[in-house]
Amino acid sequence: MIIIKRRMSSTVYIAGLGVISAIGNNVAEHLTAFGQEKAGMGDITLLNTIHRNELPVAEVKLSNNELAEMTGLPVGISRTALLSLVAAKEALTDAGIPDLSNLRTGFVSANSVGGMDKSEDFFVDFLADNSKGKLRHVYDHECGSMTEIVAEKLGITQFMTTLSTACSSSANAIFYGARLIKNNLLDVVIAGGADSLTKFTLNGFNTLMILDKEFCKPFDEHREGLNLGEGAGYVVLVSDKVVKNLNKQPYCKLSGYNNSNDAYHQTASSPEGTGSYLAMKGALAKSGLQPADIDYINLHGTGTPNNDSAEGTAVKRIFDPEYPPMSSTKSFTGHTLGASGGIEAVFSVLAINNKIIYPNLRFKTRMNGFDFEPVKRFLKDQDINHVMSNSFGFGGNCTSLIFSRV
Amino acid sequence: MKVYIRSSACISAQQSFDDDVFLDNVIEYTGTRLKAIEPDYKAYIDPKQIRRMSHVIKMGIAAAKKCLTDGNTDMPGAIITGTAFGCMEDTVSFLTRIVEENEQLLSPTAFIQSTHNTVAAQIALMLKCHNYNNTFVHKGISFESALLDARMLLAENEANDILVGGIDEMVDTSFTVLTRLGLYRRWPVSNLSLLWTESEGTIGGEGAAFFLLTDKQSPGNLAEFIALKTLYKPADIKEEIVNFIESNSLTIGDIDLVINGKNGDISNDKVYHSLKNSLFKDTAIANYKHLCGDYSVSSSFALWMASNILKRGIVPELTIEQQTTVTSPKKILIYNHYQNKYHSLMLLSAI
Repeated sequence: MIIIKRRMSSTVYIAGLGVISAIGNNVAEHLTAFGQEKAGMGDITLLNTIHRNELPVAEVKLSNNELAEMTGLPVGISRTALLSLVAAKEALTDAGIPDLSNLRTGFVSANSVGGMDKSEDFFVDFLADNSKGKLRHVYDHECGSMTEIVAEKLGITQFMTTLSTACSSSANAIFYGARLIKNNLLDVVIAGGADSLTKFTLNGFNTLMILDKEFCKPFDEHREGLNLGEGAGYVVLVSDKVVKNLNKQPYCKLSGYNNSNDAYHQTASSPEGTGSYLAMKGALAKSGLQPADIDYINLHGTGTPNNDSAEGTAVKRIFDPEYPPMSSTKSFTGHTLGASGGIEAVFSVLAINNKIIYPNLRFKTRMNGFDFEPVKRFLKDQDINHVMSNSFGFGGNCTSLIFSRV
Repeated sequence: MKVYIRSSACISAQQSFDDDVFLDNVIEYTGTRLKAIEPDYKAYIDPKQIRRMSHVIKMGIAAAKKCLTDGNTDMPGAIITGTAFGCMEDTVSFLTRIVEENEQLLSPTAFIQSTHNTVAAQIALMLKCHNYNNTFVHKGISFESALLDARMLLAENEANDILVGGIDEMVDTSFTVLTRLGLYRRWPVSNLSLLWTESEGTIGGEGAAFFLLTDKQSPGNLAEFIALKTLYKPADIKEEIVNFIESNSLTIGDIDLVINGKNGDISNDKVYHSLKNSLFKDTAIANYKHLCGDYSVSSSFALWMASNILKRGIVPELTIEQQTTVTSPKKILIYNHYQNKYHSLMLLSAI
C-alpha cells in the first residue's frame, strides 16, 4: 500500500449502522427499548456455568440456532461470529452504497477472545485426553477467524483485519478504519466489533470481583461493579467521494478520535484518569472542538468503582464547570467488552440523528466529590451536534471518538 | 514520505538477539517445534516482575527494550504489536483452572495477563508511555497490520519513532492442537533439511521481533522500508507482485534478493516453486522458516533478517536457496503467505 503524505481525504462519514445486543436485534429494536427505558439484563440462560442464578448478564435474546438461521452460517460456529454478521450485515444494507463492487471496501473488526465460546467446549474433553476434543470447536479460536468468517459472508476480500485491545477494541477498529480512508487506501470500511458471553470472561471478571450481583449502577455513588453483556455494533465509514453518490444523507461524520495509554496498571485505571483525560483531550483537539461544543457524552461507565471514579475525574478535568449531558448505555446493554465501542458508536450516531439522549438507568446517588451526574430519563428533541464516546480497556488502553452532525 | 527502520531486535530459535553474530552459527534442531532462545531477561526486566510474566510477555518486552536502546530512543511515539494467538500461556492456564476447579476459587492473574494487548500494554507501563497503543490479531497478517498502522501514523504526522513488534508464543497445548490440525510434520525432521525434504507439514516456531520506524534520515538506519501490501486469497499472485514492484517505480530486475516463506510443506511451497521458475528465475532467493519455524507472525523474523542483510551487506549462507552468490543486495522483496490465505509483500532498500 502506497501512502503519499498530504493527500489525506479530509472527512470520513458514517453511512450505515448495525447493532445487536441484549436490548434488540437491530437498530429499530434498540430505539424502542431506549424509549421504554428497558434494560437487557437477566439471569443466565445460555452459558453452561455454575454462576447461573447468581450473576446477572445481558444476553442477546436469540439462541445460536436462531442466529445461524438468520445469518446462514453453520450452527456450530462461534456465537461471536454469528453476532458479528448480524450487525455488520445490517450496517452494510443500511448504508445502501451504490456500485459497491467497484469501490475499495474493507472490514475492520474487533473482539476480545475470538472463538473462545467453542474453545471452552473443546478444552473440557482435551484436558481429560489430549487426543480428544472436536477440532472444529477449536479451529476458529483466533480473534482473526471471527473477522474472516464475516468478511467472507459479506463478500469483502480486498482488506480485512482484526484489533484486540480489550474493552476499547472496537472503538480503535472504528478509527483505524477511518484512517484507512483518510490515507486513501480504501473508500468504504465496515468497522466495529463483536463479543459473545463466555465462561472465560465471566469467570475472569468474577475473579477480579468487579461483577455486580444486581443490575449495574454506572456513575452512582453506590455502584458495585459491572454486568457482562454481549453483542456487536458496526458503522459503515465512507469517504467524501462515496458520500456524494449515496442515495441518502450520511448520518454524521467522525470528527475526532484519539487513543492514549494510562500506563498505570494492567487492569486498574489511575485515580487521575490520565489515560481517559488524554484520550478525550486528543479527540477534541483532532476535531477542532472545545469541551463546550460537546452536547452528549456516551460514557465508558462500566459501573465499577474504579472506572467510574477515574473516568469521572477525567471528565471533570476537561469539562468543569459546564458539563454536557452524559450517560452510560451499559446500564441497558451490560458491558459488551470488545463490542462495546462499536455498539456505543452506533448509539452516539443515533443520538445525533434522532435527537435523543439515553438515560443512565438505576442512577440514584451522585458520586462523592463530583458536581455532575448522568441523565436519568430518556430525552427527545435534543439539539445534538457533537457526541463524544468513551471506551477504555485493560492495559490502560483509552479511546475517545467524536461524532459530529454534517 | 520515506519510512526507515532505525533499529530492530529479534528473539527466535536462532541467536538473533546477539548482535555479534548474524545467522553465521545456525543452530540445528531435530523435531517439529523450534523454541525461542531466551536471553537473560534480567538485563531488560525487573527481576521481581520476571517470574510473574509469561514467556510471550518476557520475549516481547526484552525485544522491545533492546530495539529502543539500539535506536537511541527512550520514548516511542506509538507502540503497536501484532500477534495471532496473543498470550497463550495465560489463556491456557486460566482455561485449565476453570475446568479443573469447576469455576471456583480462581486467581485473576492469568486472566488479566491473557488479553491480546498485554505485551503492548506492559511496554507502555514500563516506559510510562501515554502515546498511541494498539494491537492487531489477524492471523497471518497480524504483524503486517501493525506495520501498516505505523506507516499511516508516520504519513499522518501523528507520531514518529514508532515501536512495532510481531510476537507469538508456542505453548505445549497450542503445539498439540496445531499438530492435530495437521500443520506440522508427522516425524521429527532437522530444521536444516526441512526445506529440501518436502512432505506434508512444516515445523512450528515462535518469537518476538521489534522495529523502530521513523521518517527521519540517519546514517545509522538499517534500511528504508519502501512499501507494504497484504492480500487475501489473491487470484494471481504473480501479477500482484509485479504490480506491487512497478507501483514503486521498480522492475523485477531491480530486486537483488527475494526472501520467501518456504516452509517445507508441499502445498505451502507450491507457489514459491512456481515463482522461482518464472518471475524470480533470475533473482536470488533466500529462505528463513527453517531457522525460526513457521508461525503467524514469522514475517517479523524475515523483516529483521532483511534489515540486517541490507545493513551488513551479508546474506547468511544457510539462507540462500540456490547456488548463486549474492553480495551486498540493495533491494529486497519479502514475500510470505500463511496457509495460502494471507499473503504479504514488503519492499526494502539499503539506505
